[in-house]
Amino acid sequence: MAHSPYDEIETVPPAEVAEEELYHPHSFITRWVFCQDAKVIAIQYAITAMAIGLFALVLSWLMRLQLGFPEQFAFIDPPDYLQLITMHGMIMVIYFLTALLLGGFGNYLIPLMLGARDMVFPYINMLSFWFFFLAVLVLMASMFVPGGATGAGWTLYPPQSILAGTPGSEGGIILMLVSLILFIAGITMGGLNYVVTVLQGRARGMTLMRMPLTIWGIFVASILALFAFPALFVAGVMLLFDMLLGTSFFMPSLVSFGQQMDYDGGSPLLFQHLFWFFGHPEVYIVALPAFGIVSELISVHARKNIFGFRMMVWAIVAIGVLSFVVWAHHMYVSGMNPVFGYFFATTTLIIAIPTAIKVYNWVLTLWRGDIHFTVPMLFAIGFIVTFLNGGISGLFLGNVAVAVPLSDTMFVVAHFHMVMGLAPVLVIFGAIYHWYPLITGRMLDDTIGKTHFWITFLGGYAIFLPLHYLGLMGVPRRYFELQVAQMEFIPQSVETLNAFVTVTALVVGAAQFLFFFNLAWSYFKGKPAGQNPWGATTLEWQTPEVPPSHGNWGSERPVVYRWAYDYSVPGVEQDFIPQNLPPDRLAGDMGRDSPEGRGA
Amino acid sequence: MHVAIILLIVTIGTVLFHVLSPWWMAPIASNWHFIDTTIILTFWITGLVFIAILLFMAYCAVRYRHREGRRAAYEPENKKLEIWLTAGTSLGVVALLTPGLFAWSQFNTPPDDALEVEVLGEQWSWSFRHPGEDGALGMASTHRINSGNPFGLDPDDSAGQDDILIHGNELYVLADQPVKFLLRSKDVIHNFKVPQFRAKLDMVPGMVTSFWVVPTRVGEYDILCAELCGVGHYAMRGRIVVVEDEDEYIAWLQTHQTFADSMEPAEPTEPVELEDQLVAEGQRLAEERGCLACHSLDGRAGVGPTWKGLFESTVALVDGSTVVADEDYLKESILEPSAKVTEGFQPIMPAFDFSDEQLDAVIAYIKTLE
Amino acid sequence: MGIFRLLSEKPWTVQASEDAYDGKGATTIPSAMVGLRIFLAIVTVMFLLLTSVYIMRMGLGDWRRLPVPTVLWLNTALLVLSSAGLQWARIGAERGRVDEVRYGLLAGGAFAFAFLVGQLLAWRQLGELGYFAATNPANAFFYLITALHALHLAGGLVAWGRTVIRLRAGLKLDQLRESVDLCTVYWHFLLVVWIALFGLLLVT
Repeated sequence: MAHSPYDEIETVPPAEVAEEELYHPHSFITRWVFCQDAKVIAIQYAITAMAIGLFALVLSWLMRLQLGFPEQFAFIDPPDYLQLITMHGMIMVIYFLTALLLGGFGNYLIPLMLGARDMVFPYINMLSFWFFFLAVLVLMASMFVPGGATGAGWTLYPPQSILAGTPGSEGGIILMLVSLILFIAGITMGGLNYVVTVLQGRARGMTLMRMPLTIWGIFVASILALFAFPALFVAGVMLLFDMLLGTSFFMPSLVSFGQQMDYDGGSPLLFQHLFWFFGHPEVYIVALPAFGIVSELISVHARKNIFGFRMMVWAIVAIGVLSFVVWAHHMYVSGMNPVFGYFFATTTLIIAIPTAIKVYNWVLTLWRGDIHFTVPMLFAIGFIVTFLNGGISGLFLGNVAVAVPLSDTMFVVAHFHMVMGLAPVLVIFGAIYHWYPLITGRMLDDTIGKTHFWITFLGGYAIFLPLHYLGLMGVPRRYFELQVAQMEFIPQSVETLNAFVTVTALVVGAAQFLFFFNLAWSYFKGKPAGQNPWGATTLEWQTPEVPPSHGNWGSERPVVYRWAYDYSVPGVEQDFIPQNLPPDRLAGDMGRDSPEGRGA
Repeated sequence: MHVAIILLIVTIGTVLFHVLSPWWMAPIASNWHFIDTTIILTFWITGLVFIAILLFMAYCAVRYRHREGRRAAYEPENKKLEIWLTAGTSLGVVALLTPGLFAWSQFNTPPDDALEVEVLGEQWSWSFRHPGEDGALGMASTHRINSGNPFGLDPDDSAGQDDILIHGNELYVLADQPVKFLLRSKDVIHNFKVPQFRAKLDMVPGMVTSFWVVPTRVGEYDILCAELCGVGHYAMRGRIVVVEDEDEYIAWLQTHQTFADSMEPAEPTEPVELEDQLVAEGQRLAEERGCLACHSLDGRAGVGPTWKGLFESTVALVDGSTVVADEDYLKESILEPSAKVTEGFQPIMPAFDFSDEQLDAVIAYIKTLE
Repeated sequence: MGIFRLLSEKPWTVQASEDAYDGKGATTIPSAMVGLRIFLAIVTVMFLLLTSVYIMRMGLGDWRRLPVPTVLWLNTALLVLSSAGLQWARIGAERGRVDEVRYGLLAGGAFAFAFLVGQLLAWRQLGELGYFAATNPANAFFYLITALHALHLAGGLVAWGRTVIRLRAGLKLDQLRESVDLCTVYWHFLLVVWIALFGLLLVT
């Protein structure tokens, strides 16, 4: 058995790869504004998403001020508060996380990591961004119509979302739905691009199983987005019909403030089913790219191949499939037929298994690794901790009877902020620290990065961990004010805790400006990164120029000879082998002894 | 090294917080101990996994940190280890799911001797309906709801005649008597929740949902709305009183009208002479009709403006003008709230179909709040 | 190669010979056609969701059937003709006959327009009979479903218009074949969707 791991690899002869027609910008406008280059579109997506995300962060400060110091901020009244929570939630989930992970990272990384010159439909890709941009504008506009933005909660449940008594029922809700429909149009165009590019645009030798997990995550998440968003679209259009044409899809007969309404016979639960048929996959639309990216970060910075690569791919696929059959676990106390509870609790707990496997494999990648505690690695470790914590609270909420006392409490708030707030955001930061050198050619500052990390991770954890216990106690969510003095089951100490959480949230929020400062400062003053500063194997670091120029690959597209995780291969001097390095150019002694631990 | 230390601190800190923090489940007052047990079990299983993984990470952070000359192992996969981990996780999941599904099946099997009590939610107050002597609730429909028949009961249904209608956000139940709550909503989705009972459920307009509970501990508990129902959501609260003494319970029931009584044309009452009586009547109305859900008595702005010091004060309106809150203004604001909306508030108050006597009573009550 | 086989490949050892991927596209199908097929799958999911909501809402008791306007039968025939026209164009493109492509495209487009006008007519008839969207969920669904279908067809007409303009600009058939192909597949798909939806309306 004396052979290197590469004896079996068939050499793929470099050949002329068919060149697709490449888009070329001709002017400033077509280069930076109406641009069809995926890298520019990625930056446009990322900047827009981060700007609106920052806005939503400020909204959360206002919410926390009200919760932490009730009665002291007179400018926040109950309708404002509901508008704050609704806008914060909707923006963070859809316009920030989904747009940044798919539109931002997807656009930047898919062509580069696959060795493509661009997306397969550059024009549609550009349209995708502009639809997104328009959706953001409409969303912003909804705050300025009479009555203001909708305050129906990000779930927009009818009947209340379109009835008096909820802020924004005059016009804000209409603009919210229009904005969502625009967003769906945009993300569908983008998603088609991502999926078709993965299927059709890969470089020679890049088989599906040789794709990095980042691409696997984004790929499966894009498929989920394509098939989940139609449910939101249908729900949104039908809700608009109910609101504007007086139909009764979701509206039963009801008496609103003493007045008999004309609606009759509709079912509010129908909306909830549609909403969560979208809403649950949406969680994974955010989580799967984060899973993929964090696998990359851990592998690169621990100088070790990702543990159980195939299992990781299978887990992504399994989670993707299962995520379509768990939606009603958001509806355990909605009054739906209780028989559903058995089914959805079972599927929900089953989805915990592939998810747990992913966590094990990240940790096992660290095991026997060569861990460099770079900023991206720190963020990846922070992600594992917060995701593990949030995943565990998910086991409470998924387990039907256990969810009964906990649903609609701060426990839910704590759970989803830990698992799809803090955790993906930590990945996003890690990813930006990791890929910023590629995008700009300069390193982000390490000291600021580490300070930013410790405040965000420890602070974020300190914010959301205690909230679980408030929920356990029974403190409901979406309450403008707790009125602790009047509620027998809430001890006075909860006010102190709420004040602590608010102060921590303000500090953590403020620390994000360190990050933005770092982005700006390092752009001009950062240490030049050079080519491949982290020693990564994946293709995006092997471009002839850094940052990659238009068309990515100069005169010849790369050819792929191996998988994405050849780190610390025994017998090879360098501790990484780029995917496009031909076997005959492997440096050093190829080694004649059989490497240990090679899975057969 | 510091990464490992901080991971240790996070682990120990989380455990200490769990053990030492004063914030924990509100003491249970119902039969749903099994739900609590399952929660504790879930804490144990998941907590051990959490601790194990974090400690292992801390170990790796020390043992496998980068040093000069260190090289990572090359191990694409380890089938045996992965299969063991998968099997172990599956076992844990089964251990969690089994009691969960068992509890769910109990939750959905109300005992036959449960007393049916209807809970009616509306923005933003609670009403209740007791089946009365015949033990059966009469038919009701949203279409029939009006100010004279706030539950929308069918006047021709004999089962409904003796139903006892309870306004005013307060409900008595007997300890150890199983109760099946039938939940209805007039307008939007609410959720009937008593934290100490553990059980709760959405109240969906157009549907009747239900859950059951056996109150086990005497005391007074808060009723909360747990599903966002508009600007007054946080203020939609009630009280549930668990009593042991049956006489006390019956005495309380008798303070409320039956449906049949409530449909009797009101007897022409003698003009009330005593101001105090009028004020008392106004206070009762304000409580029963849910005014106080939105209008505070202590000067704080709630969903609506406070009543404290309202009378004869100068009120700024949304259109920029001002008005003195005299009797005419107050009457108009009750009968047609959208006519003059106070600056800073939403035009969300429903119109109240009060008689002149009722108006006088409420206004007399407001006058006393200086 | 089956998906399970593909996913069980060990990328760190073996080069799977069946997928000796040459970088020219995983399949011989053009990317635009792959994109269109995925898009059609998405639209299918959307109409399936709509159908399931339709059936669930139907079970809630206040459903009153609405009369199916006779003009819908004529519209169905128009849509079939429209599809046939495009199919003619597609075959023409394969055979390299410019005039067949031209007439096929024009006929297909004209019938599609006629279909849309016919749908409007159906709406007006129902409106005159008093079947408004708000009066019954059956009516509401009828308007919603036909509107969404018509919007998709209108979107197709934009692509069709682009093809016609390019044909008039004198582009070679080779350059147009793909557009004609895409339009035709899309038209057939919308025809199938319409027949399914029309069937649903007739049955319920």
